[in-house]
Parts: sequence; C-alpha cells; structure tokens
Amino acid sequence: MTAIANASTARQRTKGETAIRLVVLTIAALLLFAPFLFQDVRSLEVAAKLCIFIVLVASYDLLIGYTGIVSFAHTMFFGFGAYGVAIFLKQWGAGWDAIFVGSLAGIAVSLAVAVVIGLLSLRVKAIFFAMITLAAASVVLVLASQLSDFTGGEDGMTFRTPSLFKTATKLLVDEDNKVVRLFGVKLNGKLAAYYFVFLSCLTLFVLMLRLVGSPLGTVLKSIRENEARAEAIGYRVVAYRTFVFCAAAVAASLAGSIYAVWLKYTGPDTTLSFSIMIDILLMVVIGGMGTMWGAVIGAVLLVMAQYYLRDLMGVAAETTANLPLIPDILNPDRWLFWLGIIFILLVYFFPAGIAGSIMKRGAPRATSE
Amino acid sequence: MEKLVNTIERLGGVNLLPVALAVVAFVLIGNPSSWVTLTVAGLAMGMMIFLMASGLSLVFGLMNVLNFGHSAFVSFGAFVAASVLAGLSGWLSGDSIMLGALALFLAVSAALLFGLIAGWFFETVIIRPVYEDHLRQILITMGALIVSEQIILAVWGGTPTAVPRPDFLEGALIIGDISIEIYRIFAFALGLVVYIALYAVLNRTRIGLLIRAGVESREMVEALGFRIDRLFIGVFMLGSALAAVGGAMWAGYETLISPALGGEIMIIVFIVVIIGGLGSIEGTLLGAIMVGLVGNYVGFLAPKLALASNMLLMMAILMWRPSGLRPAVK
Repeated sequence: MTAIANASTARQRTKGETAIRLVVLTIAALLLFAPFLFQDVRSLEVAAKLCIFIVLVASYDLLIGYTGIVSFAHTMFFGFGAYGVAIFLKQWGAGWDAIFVGSLAGIAVSLAVAVVIGLLSLRVKAIFFAMITLAAASVVLVLASQLSDFTGGEDGMTFRTPSLFKTATKLLVDEDNKVVRLFGVKLNGKLAAYYFVFLSCLTLFVLMLRLVGSPLGTVLKSIRENEARAEAIGYRVVAYRTFVFCAAAVAASLAGSIYAVWLKYTGPDTTLSFSIMIDILLMVVIGGMGTMWGAVIGAVLLVMAQYYLRDLMGVAAETTANLPLIPDILNPDRWLFWLGIIFILLVYFFPAGIAGSIMKRGAPRATSE
Repeated sequence: MEKLVNTIERLGGVNLLPVALAVVAFVLIGNPSSWVTLTVAGLAMGMMIFLMASGLSLVFGLMNVLNFGHSAFVSFGAFVAASVLAGLSGWLSGDSIMLGALALFLAVSAALLFGLIAGWFFETVIIRPVYEDHLRQILITMGALIVSEQIILAVWGGTPTAVPRPDFLEGALIIGDISIEIYRIFAFALGLVVYIALYAVLNRTRIGLLIRAGVESREMVEALGFRIDRLFIGVFMLGSALAAVGGAMWAGYETLISPALGGEIMIIVFIVVIIGGLGSIEGTLLGAIMVGLVGNYVGFLAPKLALASNMLLMMAILMWRPSGLRPAVK
C-alpha cells in the first residue's frame, strides 16, 4: 500500500506510470471515436457501458483505494440515480426537466443516506462498515422490487428519453431530407445519446481526478496509511471519511442517472443487483486500487471480458467438445468461477493490481519499498 | 426510575429484550393461538440462525478475522445434506422412525464433516496469508465466496433442489387451536443442545478457558506459551461445521433450496452478529432470537415491512449500543 502512495507522489514519473497513462489516453481516444471506429450496435453498447462503469469504478476507488473504506452499498447509490431519473421520466414524460430533476432527486437521496450511514458507522472498524453497507444495500434492493407501484418491481421500468436521443432523430439533414453520414456513420439521435454519455462521464472522471490530486486527496491517502497519525496531526478523520463517502455516492448516483438515460430502462438487475457490486469490486482490484488509471483499466478489461470472452469461451468449448473435461472447464457459464480464482490470486500476489504493479516498474528502489 | 433500572438489570438486563418483544407482540397480535405459533416459529428460526452465526462471531473474536465467505459453508451444508437425504429417500418414506432418524443423522453428519474439512482448507489456504490485514481479508473471502457459489452452481445446477424430510418430522402438533410444526420443535431443540454444549465447553473446560482468554487478549495467552494459532484452526473448523449444520437444518426447514441461499443468509448472519456483539456466544444467541422473533412478528403484522425489519432492528440497536448488545470484552 505504501508503495502505491510513494510511487504516485514521487517527483519524476516512472516508466511504468508513463506507460499506464499512455494506455489510458489510448482508451479515451478509442472511446471518443468509438461510433466511427466500430460501426455496429453492440460495440456502441459496450462503449457506453465502458464510459459509465469507468466513472462508477473510479468513484468506488475513491473509497476503497484512496481512503481504505470497504463499502458494499455502491450499487445502492448507482440505483438511486438510475431510479430517480426513471421515475421522473415516467411521471413527467420525456423531457430535459425530468432528467435534471430526477438526477437531482437521486443525488439528494444518495447524499442523505450516505450522511446517515457515514456518521453512524464510519467511526467503527472497517469490518462493521462493510457489513452495515451490505445490509443497507440488500434492504434497498428488496424495497425496489417490493414497491412495484413506484419502481416497477422486478421487471423494472422502461421510459422515453428526450426526442434528441431517439434513433429516428436526424441531427443534420442533406437536401433530400436524409440524414447526413460522416465517414459512413449516420448522424442520428443514437450518436447524440452516446456523446451525451461520453462527455458527462469524461467530466465526472476529470473532476474525480482533480479531487484526488488536490491537497484533500493527500489527506485521504494519509488516513488510509495511518489513521491514528492523521488524527494526531489534526485532521478530523470521521469528517473526511464521511465527505469522501458522500462524494463517491454522488458520483455513483450521477453515473446511474446517465446509465438510465442511455438504456431507457431501469431495473434491479441493471443497477442494484449484488452481482454488479461484485463486478465493481473485481474491476477495482484487478485494475489496481488507489489509482484512477487502474479503475479505467479494470473496467475496460472486465466489461470487454463480459461481452467478448464469454463468446470466445463458448466457441472454445464447442470446438473441444470431443475432448474430456476441457469443454466443461471452458463452459461460458463457468467464467465467474475463473474470475473469482484470478481475483484471489491477484489479491495474494499483486495487491496493487495491474496498474499499480506496472506503475511500480522502473521506480527507484528507495521509493518502492 | 433508578430502582426500575436496577430491577431490570438484576433480572437479566438486555437478556430480557426477547421477552419484552414477545410481550409487545402479544398485545399487538391480540390472538393467543397465532401468537404462540409465531413465537415458536421465531424461536426455531432464531436457533437455526444461531447455529450459522456462532462460528463467525467466535472466529472474529479470537483472531480478528472476518470471514465474508462464511455463508458458503451454510450453502454447502444445505446442499450436502439435501443430496444425502435424496440418496436415502427410501429410508425416509418408510414407516420405521429409526431408519428416518438414521438418514437425518447421516445427512447432518455429512454436513458437519464437510464443514470441518472445508473449514480447515479455507483457513490454511485462503485466510492464513492475510492475517492482520482487514482490507485484503474482506477481498479474499469475498473472492472465495464467489468461487464457492460457482462450484455449487456447477455441481447442483441453478434450479431449486427439493429437500426430502423424514416422515416423523412432517406435520404439526395441534394443542387446542394452536398448531406447531414438528420440524420447528426439532430445530429449536437441536439449536439449544448446541448452545448448551458450546456454553459448557467455553465455560467449563480448559480449552474453553484458553479460547475466552484468547478473545480477551491474544498476545497475553501467547506470551504464556500457548499455541493460539492451533487453537484458532480448531475454532475455525468448528465454526464452519456449525454453519454447515445450520445450513442443513435450514434446507430441511425451507424444503426447496437454490444456490442464492448463501447470499440471503449472509445478510441475516451479519445483522445477528452485529446486534449481538462480535465475539460472544451469548450475544449471538440473543441477536439470533431477536432477529427470528422480529422477522416472524413483523411478517404477520405488516408483511410489507418484513424484509426491512431486520435492518431497522440493527439500526435501532446500534444507535443504542454501538458495539452490540453483549460484546466480548476487548
């Protein structure tokens, strides 16, 4: 843990850090031009999901990586944002005011819950906090599926978004009143929706990057490294922890709102379920706790794996169908099993994750120890 | 006022909470026969939860290790017992009580044995390398939970498995207009036996003395020359085995189990150990019975609230006593 902090505060960047930054910049560029580079519906889905999960995972990293708080309620805040937008779009009809008020309502609920949980339980040990957030998240999940008049229950709710985001909307038309194509891509509402997602996510990510680079970020790291000492220097640990918990909750809630607008659907399975929480946890740990870059890498790897590795495993299982045992191992349903094992091994041998381990490369011995 | 507090304290202090709860519920329900049925159901459920939670609480108290994968033992216990019972289904449906009891005994023993072995494996392979590091403990045990859930999915499949029960535990006892399911009495009795045995071991034997001393101050016990790490493996194995037995009982109670079982149980078990105070068997029993009773009463009085009731109970108790009702001295 100290190694990460030292490496990132070192005066000159190590080779590894430069490499990671280049990778992240490449990912950002690919996401920026995604609609033009990969021209099918599924790729655009993947790209949008990537943007949103990068923000979600980065906000979780604020907690677990920068401050050392283990929370299992992150999907709860994600869900608050998504359901806020969904409920208002459903009640008020498709309009920008509904999106705006809905996200604000999601943020307000998230903030209120985060303050209560934070003040009540951030004083106690990390382990209590983890258990309490787990319990809170499960209650919210149950409530969302029980209060079906309000939330649509297990089925969730579909709604319409402003007409700008409809696939049929033409952003630019030529003289025949047909939609203009740029590099073969139709400039329609879907494109507008994607860039709405991309730009809002980019803004949120940059804001979080700014937060951890600020003096406040340094205080958070000091709390992670040595709580008693941070308290002794004169920082009110509970106040800082509650603040970062609230900040992460707001970011997650906004990510949820964006996701709801993109999907035009909100349900327990897409926002609140425990498997999403596990995905976020896997992404943070695999990418590397305590670095925003790690969040990007972890999210990209895992989302790509979800969409493409399973297909690949299915193909591999079919081609080896005649061999003993191998098809069973490669069965696409077993992929979470392998992910779990990789996760355990990573926590043992590379607790700094992929980004953290690479960033340590080339660091002078004195700072990496 | 002070006199009243003293009287309550002398009568048992926080131990009276379940009684107070039952009295309040009696007034609210207003129908003695349904109140008895609900109370018995709550006590039986509480005892099963106690079996599952006691190990977690002891392990944390002794070694400061929190096992997020604890519920994996519960689900494994449930599925192992279900498989054994299904394999011996011929014995269950026969007239002979002996054969039925034997099948049940074998099923519970299989769960117990599995729990012991799995606990040993889990402790040495998964948890040993991450002592004293809470963040990595939470992450690793969480990873182990994912893997074990996937193993259950792979072995038993995703569809719910039916659990056969011995004939002599089917049906209900009817006294006047009160009906009590026999299985609930059995679950309560088994839980009580385990609690008494645990209590006796902890308070009347040398090993129990060492465990209690270890919970209070680990360094001191080690300084006196005892190998507390060996003791810890024993406690861990025992805790896992109890969780597996609890899972087996739960499987018989629910009669239809799915791999999601572990996740549902985990939340309840955590709430119980937080309410009771980590590290103490008495606290865990108290917490488990409270959760069982509240779950049943609220389920009857306000079904919509039932699922959130445990959470509200935990919030209320944490605000009153931040370290639980009866925490082990730390």
